[in-house]
Amino acid sequence: MSELSETQSVATTIVRSKRTVLPEKWFAAVLIGPALLFILVIIAWPLVETVRLSFMEAGLGGEKFVGFANYEELIESKKFHKTIIRTFYWMFLSVGLKLILGLIGAMLLNAAIPGRGLFRVLIMPPWVIPIAVGCVGWLWLYNGQFGVLSGAGQYLGVLDGPHEFLAYKKSAFYSAVVTDVWVGTPMVTLFLLAAMQGVSRDLYEAAWVDGAGRWYRFRRITIPQIMPVLVTMALYSAIFTFNSFDIIWILTQGGPRGASTTLIIDTYKVAIGNYKFGEGAARVIVIVILLGAFAAVYMVLLNKLLRRYGSK
Amino acid sequence: MMDRYTKLQVVGLYAAIAVFMLFMLLPFVEMFMASLRPLEHLFRSPYQFWSEDFSFDAYSKMWETVPLLGRYIFNSIFIATSVTFFTMLFVVPAAYAYARLEFPFKGPSLAGFLAVNMFAGAVLLIPLYRVLRAMGLLNTYWSMIVPGVAFLIPTGIWLLRSYLEKIPKELEEAAFVDGASRMYTLRRVVLPLATPGMIVVGVTVFISAYSQQFIFAITFNQTRELQPLPAGLYEFIGYQSVTWNEMMAAALVGVLPVMVIFLFLQKYLVAGLTAGAVKE
Repeated sequence: MSELSETQSVATTIVRSKRTVLPEKWFAAVLIGPALLFILVIIAWPLVETVRLSFMEAGLGGEKFVGFANYEELIESKKFHKTIIRTFYWMFLSVGLKLILGLIGAMLLNAAIPGRGLFRVLIMPPWVIPIAVGCVGWLWLYNGQFGVLSGAGQYLGVLDGPHEFLAYKKSAFYSAVVTDVWVGTPMVTLFLLAAMQGVSRDLYEAAWVDGAGRWYRFRRITIPQIMPVLVTMALYSAIFTFNSFDIIWILTQGGPRGASTTLIIDTYKVAIGNYKFGEGAARVIVIVILLGAFAAVYMVLLNKLLRRYGSK
Repeated sequence: MMDRYTKLQVVGLYAAIAVFMLFMLLPFVEMFMASLRPLEHLFRSPYQFWSEDFSFDAYSKMWETVPLLGRYIFNSIFIATSVTFFTMLFVVPAAYAYARLEFPFKGPSLAGFLAVNMFAGAVLLIPLYRVLRAMGLLNTYWSMIVPGVAFLIPTGIWLLRSYLEKIPKELEEAAFVDGASRMYTLRRVVLPLATPGMIVVGVTVFISAYSQQFIFAITFNQTRELQPLPAGLYEFIGYQSVTWNEMMAAALVGVLPVMVIFLFLQKYLVAGLTAGAVKE
């Protein structure tokens, strides 16, 4: 009995002194493992599968290896080249507008005036509601016969008759841009606003004491201070806009006559609409390469710029 | 003093804000106006800014036109809530590891996670379709939840990691010295401290999950009863005509529950974003 308790106490002492602590890297593996596994199954493996499919002629019937045929087709297709250019134009235009509007919005909502708390809440709905639901509202706005935009345009004399915004090549494309900007601006605004509020007041006060005006303070203090958030936001927004699907699909389905077809819409139509999985997969790979290249160039340019201007 | 504006400046600020708000809210105003008009008067050309026969009829008739409307509204919220729950389950431990621990392949694996942000759901639809089919998940709630979770894990890790990094390390070290195991420290010391951050990330994930279910719903789910609101709304587009007024009413009523919840949570969101942007 006493012998047993003695062993026990010895055992506890050993445990106490040499307490078995899970090594850091194993603990990390336990913590990250599930997320990693999930991503591998749901995203990485499908991506590998896409690479394989892109060398196949695949449909509902079966698969046949065709080498680079799908890619060659894309390289030769003038229509596809146009789609690439259109997608980048769509991205730069839309992201540019989102950033400009977001910056202006954040400045306005950062001003010390009564009611700004309310305004902050009021800009959020386009971001919070399902994109597809907001698009239903825009469908109505763009309606030529009964929509308010066409109505207001005629009332103001800008339009000389009903204008069906989504029926013409140019106006359909730019209508989609406007809706995309509408969806994306609130988030940019809120993040930039948050960044602006994080800027230390001391900086502004010091500048103010030195007689710096509001515009000068904005340019020389606010902008450099929010730069890290701004550039991250820009990249995030660019990728999101590049891959934007719901808005174009609901408003125009890529039409009229392909005028608002971006890469993602094209891919969806080919792969899901026409069951040409192989050709669709090749398009996906092109998208991944283009986006990867864009992100890389963006980072490199950014680093150069930051170094030149001596910012952190 | 520094923040004082002249009268003219104040007027200018409010005017600019008004224009900004007009852009943000015009679609909602128009949706509401359209929902109030009887269908035959909706189709009046030229456009009328005002008509005398406004009524709330559409708000009661919409439930008959699309009998499953209530179900669609519920589905949307249910799917987004499930996505948030599972995403957080994966994100919290992983974000903690990236915020606090040192381990091999830390940088590359984090970069790998973030690279997922390069793909939208639309890019991987074909193989995802096959994966979900192989798992037998097509036409179930899971077919909309699983891809949603996968695409939100990286964002979640990224956001929560930077939040966790701001929590002082000393408390954990104290717990550790006192003999607490790693898991115990995480559960009892870190998580309570990280609650505000977790709410912020949770709300952000929920909003993304709620606003982006459309493409998964129309591609992976054919079961009508399980459709979320964005897909269900299209039932108002009939063979003969589109009941626009009811569709607008349904859209507004459909997002109302989330907007109400959001009104209460928006403080967390704004506060969280602000906290996240403050540099040490």
